[in-house]
Amino acid sequence: MPTKIEKDAISGRETTGHEWDGLQELDTPAPKWWLYTFIACIIFAVVYMALFPAIPYGRDYTRGLLNMSSRVAVDDDVKALEAQRAVFMDKIKTTPIEQVKDDPQLLAVATAAGRIAFANNCQPCHGAGGAGRTGYPSLADDTWLWGGTLADIQQTITHGIRSGDDKARGSAMPGFGINSLLNAAQIDAVADYVWGAFYGHAVAGQDLSKGQAVFAENCAVCHGANGEGGRTVGAPPLKSAIHLYGDARETIVAQVTNPRLGVMPAWEKKTNTTGLDEATIKSVAIYVHALGGGE
Amino acid sequence: MFNQHTIEKNALLLLVFTLIVIAIGGIVEIVPLFTIETTVEHVKGVRPYSPLEMAGRNIYVREGCYVCHSQQIRTLKDEVERYGHYSLAAESMYDRPFQWGSKRIGPDLARVGGKYSNDWHYGHLRHPQALVPESLMPRYAFLAETRLDYNLIEKHLTTQRFLGVPYTDEDIANARQDMLAQANAQADQAGVAGRYPKAVPVPGQPGFPSEMDALVAYLQVLGTMVDFADLGVEKLQQ
Repeated sequence: MPTKIEKDAISGRETTGHEWDGLQELDTPAPKWWLYTFIACIIFAVVYMALFPAIPYGRDYTRGLLNMSSRVAVDDDVKALEAQRAVFMDKIKTTPIEQVKDDPQLLAVATAAGRIAFANNCQPCHGAGGAGRTGYPSLADDTWLWGGTLADIQQTITHGIRSGDDKARGSAMPGFGINSLLNAAQIDAVADYVWGAFYGHAVAGQDLSKGQAVFAENCAVCHGANGEGGRTVGAPPLKSAIHLYGDARETIVAQVTNPRLGVMPAWEKKTNTTGLDEATIKSVAIYVHALGGGE
Repeated sequence: MFNQHTIEKNALLLLVFTLIVIAIGGIVEIVPLFTIETTVEHVKGVRPYSPLEMAGRNIYVREGCYVCHSQQIRTLKDEVERYGHYSLAAESMYDRPFQWGSKRIGPDLARVGGKYSNDWHYGHLRHPQALVPESLMPRYAFLAETRLDYNLIEKHLTTQRFLGVPYTDEDIANARQDMLAQANAQADQAGVAGRYPKAVPVPGQPGFPSEMDALVAYLQVLGTMVDFADLGVEKLQQ
């Protein structure tokens, strides 16, 4: 307890009455501005508690006079955004995709929307501008695995490739090596042939006839007799300047031995938590179609 | 004895009273979260991690992925636009500890599951810049060459159960088998799929489940468990 409250001779203030080994403490009040700020904070807190969710009781809590909920707020925000976009996106959704392309206004909107959706969802695999990466086809050229018309592209985006979706595009190149359909010498020969005749690395005087025979018997049914590819089964053209898994001869051996079978997710909203709605998928298809190789 | 003078001069008493005052503050903040009905939403689909996903989660924690990646989509329009539905508390109710993170040097991963193919994840973990040239992410190729150590997986699941994750005796008895099946896409997935719906089999090498297999299985399930089709904002309002 305070023992002796004294008046300090120099400042004229009273002391608190505490005394620690001869040291005493002045009882100087807090500055007025500080005191009023402090009181204002308390009033603010009381008002805040009245307006916003604040006081818990048992299984529930006070909602506040404003009935604010960040989840309702974001839901409203997203709905407002969708309503704003719906002016055009609804038209894009209901118009056949070919006609979207022919309507300059819809085309402009779809291209802009498609570009953004592409950057967010497609670019990690297909690269900026659809340039493609090893194992992920270029979308900026006129070589298409599954078809390059607007409808083809829309179908691929919606259902994916080997995605598990019912309508997904899919095919399975046999594992000619791992399933012992071809022996090592045959694989070597066919790799020589594909690399020489289609990839353009022919070595003068090299005899490709053995590989050609293996190709005709095993590969031509999907990839075409002249390596032109087969779209019904997504067999890549081999006579092409761009190759899905790179230009090296070893990639041909690897692919024939134990094929990589690329997977593209289905982007339809119902099969994909982070999927896209129909109008956005159409927009992406229009954007991709215009990257350089649309048919 | 409880006057200011006594308390200030008795260190032990001061300590005890300080603790009591702080505890009151803590209790007022923490206890209501356990009693309020809507703290954890009642949604269908959230299940404990499959053994392989759990092992992958441990790799995720070990490698410090949370230092650069968050797993929490906030209730903000731009985040919902980019990453999908905002995260629910229910989606991390079996996380011990949760991986919400607080830093986004890389993108949020709360809904990365199913967004990319398995192949993409393998390639990207090995060499991120091969697929995303502007990426700052380090290479994790060694994960593919490191055999997954799963000797303690049953004990790990048992520990999780002790902490409240509802693994059944059957789950624990089959842990090893489920783990090896999920790490080999060629294997029979019926057991895994029955116990852990939506688990994604990964194409590991048979007989050599790698740490990367586990990590990819974990990444592929993130954010995919809840079916949002019939979940309106009315049901999720807090």
